[in-house]
Amino acid sequence: MLITELKNKDTILSLVSGKVFIINCHGCKDIHFPEQEAEALQKELAAGGNVTGIFTTDYICNPENLKLRLGYHAEAIAQADMILVFSCGVGVQTVAAAYEDKKVCAACDTYALPGYQGVTPLEHDCKQCGECFLNLTGGICPLTACSKSLVNGQCGGAKDGKCEVDPDMECGWERIMRRLAQVGRLDALKCPVQVRNYATDDEVKSK
Amino acid sequence: MRITELFDNGEFVVTAEVGPPKGISADHVVEEAKTYLSGITAVNVTDNQSSVMRMGSLPACVALKNAGLTPILQLTCRDRNRIALQSELLGAAMLGIDNILCLTGDHTKMGDHPGAKPVFDLDSVSLLHTACQLEKGVDLAGNPLVGEAPKFAKGAVVSPCSDSVDAQLAKMERKVMAGAEYFQTQAVFDSEKFIQFMEKAKQFGKPVQLGVIIPKSAGMAKFMNKNVAGVHVPQWMIDELAADKEKAKAGITGVELAAKVIKECRPYCQGLHIMALGWEAKVPELLKQAGI
Ligand code: SF4
Ligand code: SF4
Repeated sequence: MLITELKNKDTILSLVSGKVFIINCHGCKDIHFPEQEAEALQKELAAGGNVTGIFTTDYICNPENLKLRLGYHAEAIAQADMILVFSCGVGVQTVAAAYEDKKVCAACDTYALPGYQGVTPLEHDCKQCGECFLNLTGGICPLTACSKSLVNGQCGGAKDGKCEVDPDMECGWERIMRRLAQVGRLDALKCPVQVRNYATDDEVKSK
Repeated sequence: MRITELFDNGEFVVTAEVGPPKGISADHVVEEAKTYLSGITAVNVTDNQSSVMRMGSLPACVALKNAGLTPILQLTCRDRNRIALQSELLGAAMLGIDNILCLTGDHTKMGDHPGAKPVFDLDSVSLLHTACQLEKGVDLAGNPLVGEAPKFAKGAVVSPCSDSVDAQLAKMERKVMAGAEYFQTQAVFDSEKFIQFMEKAKQFGKPVQLGVIIPKSAGMAKFMNKNVAGVHVPQWMIDELAADKEKAKAGITGVELAAKVIKECRPYCQGLHIMALGWEAKVPELLKQAGI
């Protein structure tokens, strides 16, 4: 089980540039999703006149399903400069993979909640780290795509694009670099030094 | 002595590398460093290199320092979390070890304890940042230190001949941003690639030490090409090593080749970092041939 929470408002607003298409995922029933807060924020964004469409659906982690449904919104998506996704980390990654040349941003952080994990077969993985890094990494999760879960860039171990730990696995940071170049966001690599926060307890986190 | 002072004075700084033993005597490491590396400014002491468990880097650094040498403490993020790393840095400063080299470290699966937990709480970039925080008199969580703050010469590594040079440059920039003051490179065999890399890396304005390995044989060269990240031995070098096996075995070919690379790259770098890999005895001859 997992919990999604909105990133703070300033962070979300700082991500938004140009015209935006918004996707909400109200998928698995076990997920706590901040529906009201998300709706209020999206209303505010829409009032600015730059939202080309808002689409609320479920199980966007299923790529086939996602493509089919987003097909109905092709025009609104084409008009948008970016897609802002309100979902768990897997959902954002699935959207980013489906729209390789578009800026795809995560508006939520995903936290773990002990218990049943769901059964959807997944191509993407999320460790529910509670401080989603996808906006710095072009929508590819550095925690699950990199063997060392590095958040500040590639280690020195990649050889011919493969990870030092497993020559059959593509280096996650190689993928991230390629994606960032593709969407013209290499400047994300100039962000401040990232230090992970392993405290999942709300009280400790806000300290 | 912090080696950054030497770079600041415009000196060409030559360092080498030793690995602590899997045991409790540092005598051999000290002997090796004293005998063969005597002309060398400072000596890196590796931190459980290749994830193979050995004596710690810090105690071996102290042994070298007591013998009158200048050690550089290598620190990886594989085995310790941010608490242990900061604690190690404070201890190093107390012991007068003020040259450090911050690395992410190889994965535990690469070494002799593949079942060990890989930590990677921090990485090379955030470790450099952490050292800077300590220098400001606060720890990573913002708590004040008691008394005088430490001061380190903070180094990092970069691979100029990696197949993704752009990723290397981006990471180098992040390391500079996080506080890296000097760089040691992965072994370079292709001067042209190194020179092209330095054209781009010089914008960061940090001293770079050319990484040097004396190639021992054609087999070793091929092995490195296949298995070692960021290393590329050009075919003509492999041919030369294969041409006269006896000469290669005696180290004559390897020393000639390494000296040639050093001479070609010298105008573009600010020092050398020699990884002797068992051929410590050949280092004085190498430096002589390279005109250092
Ligand atoms: S960075 Fe990865 S693990 Fe963390 S919330 Fe995002 S997708 Fe999940
Ligand atoms: S090689 Fe790539 S995927 Fe593997 S640990 Fe290093 S950065 Fe991560």
